[in-house]
Amino acid sequence: MSKQALQVYIKDAHQAGMSNQQIMQELTQAGWQVHDLLDLIIEPKPTAVATPPVILVENLSKSYGQVKALDNISLKIHRGQVTALLGPNGAGKTTLIRILTTLLLPTSGQVTVAGLDVIRDAQKLRGIIGLAGQYAAVDETLTGRENLEMFGRLYHLTRTAAKARAIELLHQFNLEDAADRILKTYSGGMRRRLDLAASLVIRPQVLFLDEPTSGLDPRSRFALWNVIRDLVANGTTVLLTTQYMEEADQLADKIFVMDRGHIITIGTSDELKNQVGGDILELHLVNHADAARAAVAIRQFGTEEAHADPATGIVTVPVRGGSAVLVDAVRQLDTLGLKVLDIILRRPSLDDVFMKLTGHATE
Amino acid sequence: MSNFSETSSDMVVMIGRNLLRYRRLPQLIVFSSIQPVMFVLLFVFVFGGAISTSASKYVNYLLPGIFVQTVLFGAMMTGVGLADDLSKGLIDRFRSLPIARSAVLVGRTVTELIRNVFVLILMTLVGLLIGFTIENGFGNFVLALLLTSFFGFAFSWISATIGLAAKNVETVQSAGFIWVFPLVFASSIFVPVETMGHGLRVFAEHNPISYVANTVRALILGTPVGDNAWYSLIWIIGILIVFVPLAVRSYRKIT
Repeated sequence: MSKQALQVYIKDAHQAGMSNQQIMQELTQAGWQVHDLLDLIIEPKPTAVATPPVILVENLSKSYGQVKALDNISLKIHRGQVTALLGPNGAGKTTLIRILTTLLLPTSGQVTVAGLDVIRDAQKLRGIIGLAGQYAAVDETLTGRENLEMFGRLYHLTRTAAKARAIELLHQFNLEDAADRILKTYSGGMRRRLDLAASLVIRPQVLFLDEPTSGLDPRSRFALWNVIRDLVANGTTVLLTTQYMEEADQLADKIFVMDRGHIITIGTSDELKNQVGGDILELHLVNHADAARAAVAIRQFGTEEAHADPATGIVTVPVRGGSAVLVDAVRQLDTLGLKVLDIILRRPSLDDVFMKLTGHATE
Repeated sequence: MSNFSETSSDMVVMIGRNLLRYRRLPQLIVFSSIQPVMFVLLFVFVFGGAISTSASKYVNYLLPGIFVQTVLFGAMMTGVGLADDLSKGLIDRFRSLPIARSAVLVGRTVTELIRNVFVLILMTLVGLLIGFTIENGFGNFVLALLLTSFFGFAFSWISATIGLAAKNVETVQSAGFIWVFPLVFASSIFVPVETMGHGLRVFAEHNPISYVANTVRALILGTPVGDNAWYSLIWIIGILIVFVPLAVRSYRKIT
């Protein structure tokens, strides 16, 4: 074996996860001298040994009669990541979450969470995951404390441990003052916080959040985002679904965009935005009815078709060329007598990404 | 903890939670108690004179029947409660927890059993106030109440199956009572079946509710029980054998 071949051999061995000591042992047994090997072996530290994904979905389908809610979906999610499933109603996000949390049986395909099969090891899996959001609720006739103690008991904590954990969570979620009030008196934001707390009773390995902030006012939404960020900072793996682009943008490391039972693209928020390329020119028209005409007028500046929304009077088109386009567009609109309230050149939002990928808006 | 003690602990927690709900919403108990009490008073004072029965006083004939009717209507609350939890998303939460698949259903049916026993005791007290007498010994009276409660428990499982299938409170309320009403009235609960027309009478005689009502009445009044007790037990066990697995199965398969 030449020295070069030896180098390749060692590299492969490292990648296979063997330690320097093991490689050394093997090669010396094959007749190599230790001093020949030293400089070759010590230098390349093996790159981090790939940990198995915490969520692994392979060829998953779910049908209701003729309707395919999920159509041959595969995905991997690694520990410590925050992943968002982004898509409009009916995209299949909730169906996927329900399968991952053992609430729904898949029609076909393989699904494991933390190495446990969602069908075979369902009961074991339920003991290590948390679920919160639109379809997992808390009991509104009980107090916050009673709810948390009940869920603690149902996770098989002892009475004392359940009580102690409830106190911790009430403190963590800033609900101490409301602890002994019945949930009916809680605000929407408080309920969601308690709901989230209930899913954390056992410090789950994976936390599933199904539309965690839907229906909340912006302030409560923002507060809940901070709570979720704190959890993530402490290493919880989170999979959340959302219809809000901004939410995925704010919280997620990685975004899976879903539409009609398929995953149509994957990436970080920036990667997705780069798929649109360039900037977005956005017009707000005085006369909403002018939207279609304006779209035709500014088509020439865009890299793609302009999108007009007659309901809001907003027209968008992806452009390249920076502020020069802005000037040209204003001049063109002026010539045609189309009055604008506002004209903006901005970075693409995830809405634009969705529009580009699916040809239709998210809502 | 062993699996058995975990499962029983799950059930105890669920019963505790359901009872706490009743304490928080006392109107549920109040209304489900007022109705049977009202039935007793109306039947005794309005129909009492017109209906002639073998019992010395109509109230003694009627009360055992009203007991059975009450637990049946009470049992229908099982499905209503489950549908309520289902529509609010609580069932999903429970299903995502590592608890026994039967815990939520057993918790609910046992809760309604406890509530029924409470209501039966209340009705007995009201009955005693308007002239009801325990003629056949306290032991037999308790036995009658036990049989009544057990029958209600079996019906709870039918109601649970309906509740899980219908999934919304209003549907369960109407779907639950629509078939119970004719069953209750075409039985020996209010009037002796001998007074009914032939076809109806054949139906009423074989109605499980009649078997139970006859047994309960015989135990309380001290008349011969006959085969009624056996038929009652067979019906109760039969209902449980069919509907417990059916309810648990639909609980597991909720989509």
